[in-house]
Amino acid sequence: MTGPLQHPGYDEEKLRKIAELLPCREVQAELLLSLMGQPEHRSYPAIFIYGHRASGKSHTINMIMKELELPHVMVSCVECLSVALLFEQVLLSFFGADAAALLPRGPSLSDFVRIYRQQCSDSPAKQTRYIIMEKAEMLRDTDANLLPALLRLQELVEDNVSVILLSEIVWDKFRPNTGCFEPLLFKCETILEQILSKDRHPSYSAEFYSSYINILLGVFYSVCRDLRELRHLAALNFSKFCEPLEEGKAKESDTHKLWRNIEPHLKKAMRTVYLREVSSLQWEKMQEMEEKEAGAVRGLSAHTHVELPYYSKFLLIAAYLASYNPARTDKRFFVKHHGKIKKTNFLKKNEKTSNHLLGPKPFPLDRMLAIFHSVVDSRVAPSASIFSQISSLVTLQLLNQASHDDQLDAPKYKCAVSMDFICAISRTVNFDIVKYLYDFL
Amino acid sequence: MSTSSVSKGCFVFKPSAKKRKIVGNEEHFRRGCEEKDGCALRYKLCKQLWDRIISDTESLQDELNKKILDGLLDFARERSGGRKHGDWAAQMRASEIPTAALMLGVNVPDHDVTFQSLSELLRSSVGPYVASLQAKECGLLKHLMKRVLERITGGVVAVDEEEDEEADASQIQTGAQCSISNLCEWYKGKFKKSTGPNPPVVVIFKDLEAFNPKVLQEFILICSRYVQDLPLVFVFGIATSPSTIQNMLPHSVSSLLCIELFHSLSCTQHLSTVIDRFVLTPSFPFKLNGKVMQVLISIFLYHDFSVRNFIKGVQLALLEHFHSQPLSVLCCEKDVALDVVGHLQPKDLERIRGLPSFKRHVEAQTKEEQAELLTDDACLKEECKKLIKSLHGYHKNYFPVLRCLHALTSSLPRYPLGKQIRELHLICLENCVWESEDYGTAMKLLRMLSKDELGAGVQRCVEILEQETSKTMREALERLQELLSKMKGLDLSDMAPPAQEPVITSPVRNLGKKTDLFQLQKTLLQMNETRRSKRLSPFEILRNETVDFIETLVKSHLSPPETQPLHEALYYGSSATVRRHLNATPRTSIQAALSDPYFYLQNENLRAEDGGVSNRAPDICVAYKLHLECGRLINLFDWMEAYSTVASAAEGADPEAEDFGRVDEIRHARFIRAVSELEFLGFVKSTKQKTDHVARLTWGGC
Repeated sequence: MTGPLQHPGYDEEKLRKIAELLPCREVQAELLLSLMGQPEHRSYPAIFIYGHRASGKSHTINMIMKELELPHVMVSCVECLSVALLFEQVLLSFFGADAAALLPRGPSLSDFVRIYRQQCSDSPAKQTRYIIMEKAEMLRDTDANLLPALLRLQELVEDNVSVILLSEIVWDKFRPNTGCFEPLLFKCETILEQILSKDRHPSYSAEFYSSYINILLGVFYSVCRDLRELRHLAALNFSKFCEPLEEGKAKESDTHKLWRNIEPHLKKAMRTVYLREVSSLQWEKMQEMEEKEAGAVRGLSAHTHVELPYYSKFLLIAAYLASYNPARTDKRFFVKHHGKIKKTNFLKKNEKTSNHLLGPKPFPLDRMLAIFHSVVDSRVAPSASIFSQISSLVTLQLLNQASHDDQLDAPKYKCAVSMDFICAISRTVNFDIVKYLYDFL
Repeated sequence: MSTSSVSKGCFVFKPSAKKRKIVGNEEHFRRGCEEKDGCALRYKLCKQLWDRIISDTESLQDELNKKILDGLLDFARERSGGRKHGDWAAQMRASEIPTAALMLGVNVPDHDVTFQSLSELLRSSVGPYVASLQAKECGLLKHLMKRVLERITGGVVAVDEEEDEEADASQIQTGAQCSISNLCEWYKGKFKKSTGPNPPVVVIFKDLEAFNPKVLQEFILICSRYVQDLPLVFVFGIATSPSTIQNMLPHSVSSLLCIELFHSLSCTQHLSTVIDRFVLTPSFPFKLNGKVMQVLISIFLYHDFSVRNFIKGVQLALLEHFHSQPLSVLCCEKDVALDVVGHLQPKDLERIRGLPSFKRHVEAQTKEEQAELLTDDACLKEECKKLIKSLHGYHKNYFPVLRCLHALTSSLPRYPLGKQIRELHLICLENCVWESEDYGTAMKLLRMLSKDELGAGVQRCVEILEQETSKTMREALERLQELLSKMKGLDLSDMAPPAQEPVITSPVRNLGKKTDLFQLQKTLLQMNETRRSKRLSPFEILRNETVDFIETLVKSHLSPPETQPLHEALYYGSSATVRRHLNATPRTSIQAALSDPYFYLQNENLRAEDGGVSNRAPDICVAYKLHLECGRLINLFDWMEAYSTVASAAEGADPEAEDFGRVDEIRHARFIRAVSELEFLGFVKSTKQKTDHVARLTWGGC
């Protein structure tokens, strides 16, 4: 732990408050403040902060900006569907609605720079202005010139402005190939325990809650380091933890007893609620129920059964066969009196690996229909509804279209269902699919 | 046509609406009857039944969806209201967006109705802010945003695109971009002063599977930033299984949602209810015969699972029936039908005399009566009235007895008469049910039921018959009740076979000795005899009595409708028409058109015997016919030569002449056009193997 934050140019009282609000982030805050310099000074043009999800990047910046009352704008890049939204937000918060209204429809970067300079000559910056971009990794997908321009915005608009980028991804993955002005980098690392212990339940002591957090982390730390997620889990399971206390079976100091009580419960939580198999609301309800009833609430992945029309089932089976069998072997499976062809005879060198390990292969529509007509036990007219079933299987994402949309040019598909799923489907129509799969010959 | 324009150019002249003669709907119903009254009446009846189907299905749908929709409504209300008065745990959970995952099954055409009633209900009982989205209108995130904003604010929102240039008439605010932050501002502005729980903003994703996962993820990420200020509720319409959510959304996104599952009624149950309401009831006069019923049900089971399409099929059959059958005027309630008989024209009476079922009926009468029926119109009318009454009476008894038989047999092992009542109905429509083998098995099994099982079955029958009013059914009810009370009166001691059974020397003991096969067979047969002849317990007697009674009921009431005179007026039987309309086969039609142009063009010149094509047929037919004779690769030049020969023969050129079959420019062009048409239809395509060849894409040929 370092001492209280100190930096010239800022009110000490405020700095102390920041230090309180940012547990375990004193070092980073200090570094950040020293980079920013005094409010009137020119700041470094671009700063890039990265760290894992919920490691407190936005929180730290936000607290500093708010507490020190610096002129700033927070922009989330996910929200900026177009650059126009980004420009509008920046202008709006620096210069008011009038400036934002000056932006033309579909503004370009130079429009933005022009208006910014205009406005800034009217009201020059007394303090450094900060543009904070959350989820900056989204900037990579926008116009190629946006990111380099933002990094040198200070030069472009000739104003005391600094851009702070926040991201979960390291800077190496950002660097545009045309080269750009390098921002200053620094990294946030995660320290969970103290932060988690901060939001304790009002009716219990701090020690008690922090011992609970200790237990919780013991179970979940290996799978999850996301602060938000852990907080959520802590909240969900706390009532169960307190149960023995309320029933008078244990005291707050009986850590071992409490641990024995909660541990299996937390393990179960890891299997269900952490994976969002059951929603948090259902989880709360389950806690109220008796043990045996709780089994009745089934998770999302328990319902994998899909009811399909009869021919759709066969179409899906045909698609699966076409996806996982090499086309050469169709003759062996689907032609009567094909003669004896042993597997070794048509085994090619590169086909020794299982097709199921390689994943589905695309196949043309004709092949699928040929297999379909051969596996379905009755004569089926090639009616329009057979074809519409194929396209509805595509919209249900049980099949994927592997080529472009042009129907005239022999479309190709891939089967997107799993082995278990197709086995369940074929069982309902009394079709032994394993007998028709090349891999299981 | 002329214009006042001085410049040269293309002008479009739209036909003026006045000139077109508007034909009344009634006019279409004139097949086979020239009288205006008949047409009008048929149209009126058809319209009545049509409207009745629509209104009944709507109410049925509402009824069936009620439970799941109520659950959803509670969910929406509770989740939006519960956020304010949060305890500690709820506060920690507040960042999750409540999400209802609505499992609807793969019958996608039916979903629209459900969503429509859902959004109507939500609007009326939860709040006006409901936006329902379809995947195809939300290809990009900005389109999705635009739709959401439009539908919630009820205005038009500008999107950064040229095509929406003119749409800025009623924007929420000038220069507004569509973003959730704007929506949030708008919402806050709306509810600045109100203190109570504000109505939630419900976003319905109708077909979750079809959405672009990336767009959906980003939308959820954005929404989760505003969930503190904006009470959002999502509804996901899922056709396959809930694990789709996990497939589409990564953990970081799905952890922002609080998902609850809702299951809707399965489509087969839904179909059963619909069949119960429209088919298995005497109150709906229009009926389908076995074959049509079979077509509709197999389309449902084999192709789409869509109840809506099933109902459309029934409507199509209804329309076809009234359109094609002049005697459909009789297809209405009993009293109305009796009234109509009084006004029948002589022509209609002739038609009645021509009906096969009526002919059969006449043949069963005595000579004098036959003569009277065939000559005297008044007598025929009286007879018709009698027949209509008996037909309606037949239906009144048929359905209750069908239900009784189903109640008794639906729980038998291996379901000899089907698990669903529609299967039994189909069997009964086709043939006399009591002649079928399955019926025999079912009766045999019934005679082996235990007291409890049989009692429960009879009890169900009694409950079914209690709702009926007709006299015969009342009598049957009394009899069944009597049997039931007798059955209940038996106590356990009566169940066992009587003890004083004479002990006969069991032939089984003799089996210990060495026997040959013949001997064994004989002994076994003997044993069978003795078992049959042994005395029955009182319960067994009662059981036989009950089953016998059921059998008499079946034999007297479940005869197929074809045996009833005048059934043609009520039953629609053209399964081929229904199949052609509902289960179209474009490929077959194209091939029929190409190989037999007469079929569609109806031109006598094109008529050809023995499956050939006349040389006067359209070019494409000739080219098609010729290409059938080729192998997988077709040499274009040979093909053109052959075509040219056929074409010159069609023009009547002399086969001996020198230029017979020579390729001139016109024939060349006609041939090229025919080939490219065939290519467009997918019969041939160009190939890289040989440049002057095309590849055939179909198998087989002459």
